Amino acid sequence: MTHLMSDVSTMTVRGLRLVSRDVDAMITAVLLPVIILLMFVLVFGGAVDIGTEYINYVTPGVILLAAGFGAANTALAVEHDMSSGMVERLRSMPMNAWTVLSGHVAASLVKNLATTAIVFGVSILMGFRPEATALEWLAAVGMILLFVGWITWLAALVGVLVRSPDAAGGFSFFVMFLPYVSSAFVPVDTLPGWLRGFAEHQPVTPVIETVRELLAGDVSGVTDPAGVAMLAVSWCLGLGLVFAVAAGLAFRARR
Amino acid sequence: MAAIVTADGLRKSFGRRGSTSPPVLDGLDLELEEGAVLALLGPNGAGKTTTVRILSTLLQPDAGRATVAGFDVVRDARRVRETISLTGQQVAIDDKQSGAENLTMMGRLAHLPRRVVRDRVAELLDAFDLADAASRRVAAYSGGMRRRLDLAAGLLTRPRVMFLDEPTTGLDPRSRQAMWDVVRGVVADGTSVLLTTQYLEEADRLAQRVALVDGGRVVADGTPAQLKHEVGEAGVELTFASPSDAGRVAPALTAATVDGLRVRVPTDGSVAHVRSVLSAVEATGVAPEHWEVRAPSLDDVFLALTGHVGQERTAGATGVAA
Ligand SMILES: Nc1ncnc2c1ncn2[C@@H]1O[C@H](COP(=O)(O)OP(=O)(O)O)[C@@H](O)[C@H]1O
Ligand SMILES: [Mg+2]
Repeated sequence: MTHLMSDVSTMTVRGLRLVSRDVDAMITAVLLPVIILLMFVLVFGGAVDIGTEYINYVTPGVILLAAGFGAANTALAVEHDMSSGMVERLRSMPMNAWTVLSGHVAASLVKNLATTAIVFGVSILMGFRPEATALEWLAAVGMILLFVGWITWLAALVGVLVRSPDAAGGFSFFVMFLPYVSSAFVPVDTLPGWLRGFAEHQPVTPVIETVRELLAGDVSGVTDPAGVAMLAVSWCLGLGLVFAVAAGLAFRARR
Repeated sequence: MAAIVTADGLRKSFGRRGSTSPPVLDGLDLELEEGAVLALLGPNGAGKTTTVRILSTLLQPDAGRATVAGFDVVRDARRVRETISLTGQQVAIDDKQSGAENLTMMGRLAHLPRRVVRDRVAELLDAFDLADAASRRVAAYSGGMRRRLDLAAGLLTRPRVMFLDEPTTGLDPRSRQAMWDVVRGVVADGTSVLLTTQYLEEADRLAQRVALVDGGRVVADGTPAQLKHEVGEAGVELTFASPSDAGRVAPALTAATVDGLRVRVPTDGSVAHVRSVLSAVEATGVAPEHWEVRAPSLDDVFLALTGHVGQERTAGATGVAA
């Protein structure tokens, strides 16, 4: 279809405006990870013995948790567009109406970039001491954005499928759950056997370990960092593609 | 004049396979002449929105055919979309963008050149009395302002056909009046308008032709004058404490009809006529409990034209009372 780039950029500008003006969501997006970080470091930090400063271990996990929360807002925004008449209007125009979804996803990426920077800042104030080169920082942020990308496309899919804001909000439970059952907060081998199987084979674990490896050096005992990084990137690209296509198809099918 | 929108035997039901839900559209026909306004008048659940969604390519009919500017709404959907604009029953505007930002976005999505968008946005904000609020977020707008902005958002491209689904439902009388003025302006600029409404008065004020929709089909159509002629004029309605009071007053009034406690006198609504009716009542020495001047309601229209009251169908939906 024609005018694709123009529609993508118009809807991205819209997504960014809506996200940056949603003050409540912005405050939550920044405060929540900071509070979780404080809680983990101050409350659980003493109890978890992983042979390094716990904050070095836990910061990447908190950042991914925050990304999950950002994505839940995307589900809400998409649901709102689907039910408020906005999508009906766009569909009655000679444009690529599905770009409304890519606009929300792009906005989520930018927003998460901002919240990630803030959480890193707070975490450094609290004693996080990354030993990364500029290149490693870049790679770590890229990894985080890939993760945000797939989880936001999943959120967009959820937003297209559900029929009420409450259902869209329920998505945040799912994204809460994923990082907890991974190596985000405790090493996987401390989990009971059946959970460990899941934790070792879900996408959050390799992503976290890659980010940790890049920023804090070897704190999680990963023996094959390049392999883990490949696995993490494959997970994110694969899931991102699947959920983006699924969201597009669901968008077309829903009337 | 040529028809710019036609619908021929539209049928639609939403039942899932196997279920036997009644059809929402049951062979609906209509025709909108180029440059004119056609009102689909009907109660909640009549099928007005479903008709508009089919005509604006959002929904495909199960049977029947519809065209806009000669293009089939199913086969040439893209050409139809280039011709029309849709302002739906819900206001489709971003609260978190300003009025100007919303309009500019719609202009960009219509793929107009930047300079054209800028000029057209300024022009529309002016014409719709929104220039002062242009840079304010829509969240701070009144209901009437939102509706006007919503309508303006469909006009960036100067569409040949505009669909307006219940443009004034829920507005106060003053905002409704302003909306009517805006619609008249759109028509004066050469756009043909198909609007839906639950208000006889609105159809009367705006449309050259009115199609009465009930149960998914057009049950009567004609000019507003024809409809009003069949329904009758507005009336002064007086309610008395007892039937005997009503019976004593009625003979003193021209063309009065009595129905239990109620006496009705047809009126043109002018101050002079209403005053003469009230003076005649006063002269009888019998005071009514209550009186009002009442225009024919949608129910009166249905009763007069179809012999029954319109079927309100609000299955599962929270309908807005007319
Ligand atoms: N998407 C849908 N799925 C199921 N039923 C629907 C759908 N859209 C409309 N209906 C039903 O069709 C009937 C007519 O609806 P509608 O066209 O919205 O009427 P109106 O606009 O005249 O109030 C109603 O009974 C409504 O519940
Ligand atoms: Mg309707």
